[in-house]
Amino acid sequence: MKNKSLVSITDFTKEEYLRILELAAEFEAKPRQDILKGYVISTLFFEPSTRTRLSFETAINGLGGRVIGFSDSGATSASKGETLHDTIKMVSNYADLIVMRHPLEGAARLASEVSSVPIVNAGDGANQHPTQTLLDMYSILKTQGRLENQKIFMVGDLKYGRTVHSLLQAMSLFNPTFYFISPEELKMPATYKLHLEKMGLNFHEGKDLIQFLPEADIIYMTRVQQERFTDPIEYERVKNAYILRRDMLKDCKETMKVLHPLPRVNEIHTDVDSSPHAYYFDQARNGVYVRMAILSAILGVK
Amino acid sequence: MKDKQLSVSAIKEGTVIDHIPAPALFKVVSILKLDTLDTMITIGNSLGSSKLGKKGIIKLSNVFFKDDEINKISLVAPSAKLNIIREYDVVEKRVVEIPDEIFGLVKCVNPKCITNNEKVNTRFDVVSKSDVKLKCHYCEKITDQDNFDIL
Repeated sequence: MKNKSLVSITDFTKEEYLRILELAAEFEAKPRQDILKGYVISTLFFEPSTRTRLSFETAINGLGGRVIGFSDSGATSASKGETLHDTIKMVSNYADLIVMRHPLEGAARLASEVSSVPIVNAGDGANQHPTQTLLDMYSILKTQGRLENQKIFMVGDLKYGRTVHSLLQAMSLFNPTFYFISPEELKMPATYKLHLEKMGLNFHEGKDLIQFLPEADIIYMTRVQQERFTDPIEYERVKNAYILRRDMLKDCKETMKVLHPLPRVNEIHTDVDSSPHAYYFDQARNGVYVRMAILSAILGVK
Repeated sequence: MKDKQLSVSAIKEGTVIDHIPAPALFKVVSILKLDTLDTMITIGNSLGSSKLGKKGIIKLSNVFFKDDEINKISLVAPSAKLNIIREYDVVEKRVVEIPDEIFGLVKCVNPKCITNNEKVNTRFDVVSKSDVKLKCHYCEKITDQDNFDIL
């Protein structure tokens, strides 16, 4: 993985996923290590993302590395009309690795082709967010003890939600069964279902799948956003139909965990927070260890 | 039969690209950059064709294409046929094939794709050839043949 950019979740192999998850567990056991001392990592956030940026910067600081960068392109030369190409060319002179988030899809791939240092994609529009996927996988591994043979329910916006698409692609290497629950307008796109069929994997789709929740190992919730609907009345009609409440979980397996990439709006009722099934805040903490693992593997210090 | 073909003069050595759909003819000219050649070229368009209704034809003297060059026209003229001419005789017939990767030529359908917002050449993996589907190398979205916008 040394010097390899992480732009799309499919850039890494199954073995590489497993190596990252193994390293993440090491960092969780020993989160303060000076192994990035002397390294400069640039965090370029062309659009704001407090959670992801803080998670990366916490990871870098925890390993003794230094951070340069910006958290809003309004304060940079991008606002003077500098191209992404030129910004990346310039920054790759200064840093050992670039972490970037950009509102345009494919921006990180382009950056990885012009940069002389590796790029880690921290989100490019609705396209990819591979470090989120790896932390989701780490959360599954940690709570279920294995990645293989999981029954994973994906709920909410399955059409535009990049986290569910990437997680589906990565987990499809571990023989999962997927259950898709979403409004009609936000169904899982055909290309991902085709991918599962090609892999010979089972999936189920439909609103009535709620009755199978007791079989779930993982419930992965996502936000249903109003702007995704062409018809505002339709949004009003469905918005409350995809809310997870504590009483819905009463027959679930003890080990079942609810994941969510956050931020949550109202799709998980706050009464779930105190349930032993709630894992979304722990999931966010796992992100720091997983990002430590990714950065140190790519920089070749682990 | 011979009399009919004389309306576009025969060539001694070279390539005839036949069965080009009439609306695609000038796109084929531009994709193959024929305007930069100084060899003898005969272009005919809107000729009657039983298969296509109206077809275009290009005759190029002393020009022979490599497969990957000629396959670039497959997106606009999948029906095109090549006749390779030696000493006034057709010595080989070829059809165009859709390549596995497409560089430039087509615009990505996704308005939020970096290629539509910054000066960068498009690049696609061909994920389906029968019903042509192109997957953008950058934004990973699919552009299908109904949405082709040839650059």
